[in-house]
Amino acid sequence: MRKFAIVLLALCGLPFAALAAEPEAAGDAAKPVKWEEWQAGNSIEDTASLQRGARNFMNYCNGCHALKYVRYQRMADDLKIPTDVLSRDLVAPGSNALSYITTSLPAADAVNWFGKVPPDLSLITRSKSPDYVYRLFKTFYIDPASATGTNNLAYPGVAMPAVLSDLCGVNQAVFRQDGDQKVFDHFVSTVPGTLTAAQCDQFVRDTVNFLDYVGEPTQIERRTIGIWVVLFLILLTWLTWLLKNEYWKDVH
Amino acid sequence: MVHEAAYKPGFWGWLNRRLPVDVFLRSQLTGYYAPKNFNFWYFFGSLALLILVMQLLTGIFLAMFYKVGENTAFDSVEFIMREVDFGWLLRYLHSTGASAFFLVIYLHMLRGIMYGSYKTPRELLWLFGMIIYLALMAEAFMGYVLPWGNMSFWAATVIINLFGAIPVIGPGVVEWIRGDYGIADATLNRFFSLHVVALPLLLLLLVTLHLVALHEVGSNNPDGVEIKEKKNAQGIPLDGIPFHPYYTVKDIFGSAAFLTLFAIVVFFIPTFADLFLEKANFEPANPLSTPDPISPSWYFTPYYAILRSFPDKSTGAVFMLIAVSAFFFLPWLDRSPVKSIRYRGWIYKTFFAFFVVSFLGLMYLGLQPAQGIYVALSRICCVPYFLFFILMPFYTRWDPVKPVPERVTAHA
Amino acid sequence: MTDVPLTAAPDIDESRRKFLTVAAGGVAAFGAVVAAIPFVESWEPSERARALGAPVLLDISKLEPGQMITTVWRKQVIYVVGRAQPLVDKLARNDGDLKDKDSRNSIQPKYAQNEMRSLRADVLVLIGICTHLGCLPKTFFDPGDPVLGASWPGGFRCPCHGSRFDLAGRVFNGSPAPTNLSVPPYSFQDQHTLVIGLDGAPAKGAA
Repeated sequence: MRKFAIVLLALCGLPFAALAAEPEAAGDAAKPVKWEEWQAGNSIEDTASLQRGARNFMNYCNGCHALKYVRYQRMADDLKIPTDVLSRDLVAPGSNALSYITTSLPAADAVNWFGKVPPDLSLITRSKSPDYVYRLFKTFYIDPASATGTNNLAYPGVAMPAVLSDLCGVNQAVFRQDGDQKVFDHFVSTVPGTLTAAQCDQFVRDTVNFLDYVGEPTQIERRTIGIWVVLFLILLTWLTWLLKNEYWKDVH
Repeated sequence: MVHEAAYKPGFWGWLNRRLPVDVFLRSQLTGYYAPKNFNFWYFFGSLALLILVMQLLTGIFLAMFYKVGENTAFDSVEFIMREVDFGWLLRYLHSTGASAFFLVIYLHMLRGIMYGSYKTPRELLWLFGMIIYLALMAEAFMGYVLPWGNMSFWAATVIINLFGAIPVIGPGVVEWIRGDYGIADATLNRFFSLHVVALPLLLLLLVTLHLVALHEVGSNNPDGVEIKEKKNAQGIPLDGIPFHPYYTVKDIFGSAAFLTLFAIVVFFIPTFADLFLEKANFEPANPLSTPDPISPSWYFTPYYAILRSFPDKSTGAVFMLIAVSAFFFLPWLDRSPVKSIRYRGWIYKTFFAFFVVSFLGLMYLGLQPAQGIYVALSRICCVPYFLFFILMPFYTRWDPVKPVPERVTAHA
Repeated sequence: MTDVPLTAAPDIDESRRKFLTVAAGGVAAFGAVVAAIPFVESWEPSERARALGAPVLLDISKLEPGQMITTVWRKQVIYVVGRAQPLVDKLARNDGDLKDKDSRNSIQPKYAQNEMRSLRADVLVLIGICTHLGCLPKTFFDPGDPVLGASWPGGFRCPCHGSRFDLAGRVFNGSPAPTNLSVPPYSFQDQHTLVIGLDGAPAKGAA
């Protein structure tokens, strides 16, 4: 009976094993062969990175994208940004430190220029993933056929232009034939950006890290409290185990 | 009726002359005898009660901040997560609690099947449990709609559309449930009321009936031996032990162990690889964009996989209904003279093993896109699932059972 | 098999049982109290409430003596009154008619527990809610008001039950209100900017 139960329990592990080996959702024919190489690898604990990411966001993203669930002051408190830096460098004109982070791009203009309103990014890393956002930033390439002149491997046909092209340069995508499919092979840099490849990568990682924080600002607090709660519960489990055994000595 | 506690001095006597507290404690706890051979599988009833209390408590507090309405619901959940002190904890306790509830209930039901706890005289106990299961599924389904994320919206759309399969009145029923021509504010509002008030009250009533029915007949045990058949001179079952202190102290330990694992999930893996909080639900409901892929929460997916196995919508719906309701008939499908799997033969054990594996398989497959090999495998898994029930009257009669002991044993 | 499954274990240690019960029970009770904290804390004003309850900045450069600006801070009505110096000097004459002339029982920050109940003589900041049952007192700033009598020194009168307060918000004898009108925390960012809700605003250069 015991062996039977163990086999059953082992079988219960199957779904989880399968989840780990989940195939990528079927998508466009041309996509990077090895998505595993494109990982955000960000760490929320890295406050300096989050601060740089906040600066990056305000400079390069806030023109079109809002973070409507985030207050400036809350972000400053969590990221340890001094009040004067916050007011001077980060808070948009017309807002104050306690406002939610809005964008000044009127929705009607956005629809005219891009075909859709740029989505709010408060939850982008939770509805997609940090890896997805990283890949989005890193896989823009020239595409004369598109309205913006660029296309993207992570989000084919994206309406967003390659906003980091002055920093990170402009890439051309080289494809190869793999059977009857066109598959991405590598990028070729056509116009260099003002940042080196390493700096550009850091820029992107910091921004993704910031968006990961924005997705769930309480995550650090959650894990910190969690350690204490789990340790306490382990202690309580041990004590109640001793108590149970003590009483059950009576039972034969 | 006057009991001895009524003659006690002071507050205790005063209370007991007006409310049968002492009688209750004696008859239900210190004087209620349970079999002494309960094993690991017997934790899940008390754990289910613990989780029910926790869901009620966290749900009450969440309802203090949640704002029902198609334009406010999603924002209010983010408000809870970010701006209410410890709101994130209330939310994660409730979302993890929902999944924990189903895990515990499935293990609780598995115990019932394994040890034949649905057999005479416990048929009504089993039926109450099954009704609780249905009510719980309704409660969970409606609760999932409340955050008004994109998966909330589309899960509601798909599941309610299933009622359209009812002949003649189907489409009317769908519109009646929705209160509108598509899933809308009206649907959300009524689901809120049902989820927060009606179904919790119903669940509390059903759980009470379940416990009263249990105490009327007494617990089964892993050997399937009726302990009430062998009593000593005082009328106490020889293989029984008072519930308090032995099972109170054991269940407290079980609760602590469960809470430890539960806390690890709540504090470190609350989304649980996209199973407890799906990615698509972090986007607001969008009637113009269906999530890809779409699936219900993991605890519904076995039935979802069965539904999708049949190309015809009505056939799929009918088989899905049969899949859920088959459990109701177990007390009468099972013709074995033996209760517990410990004393059943290889025929039953084979059907049982295939059933469990196919249930888990269907659960996994229901989470996958409805394509290719996943559909084929679902269809294959349907076979042992349904045959477990359909053929049960026959194989339980043919099954070469082993002799059942007179008294309980400690191990298998 | 014995007749009953329970016989006291021969080496039963009652004191160990008691110890373990107390230990486990104590730890569990501690855990229960700590577990209650998130629920209790969730009732505290949320970040949204705290943001909406943030200090209010008010430009008082145009505030004339005898004039009042009304604003709201933390859902409470705030009266900001311009006062002429002669009227401030006469405040001491009211002392004999006041219930709480030294504001011992009333609510105000330390810097407002003085004769004029304010930081500056020329600006009076009060919570404009009658300390009786919460109505908003009306202004009667002119001395010798025809309604209130020739000896009326100027101040407030509550329309609901007739409580009267002087130009420092102090309650007169004979009023149903028990204490003086409360004073909120406030400070001056500069000569013309009042910050309601914040003690000691950092001084700012001329805007």
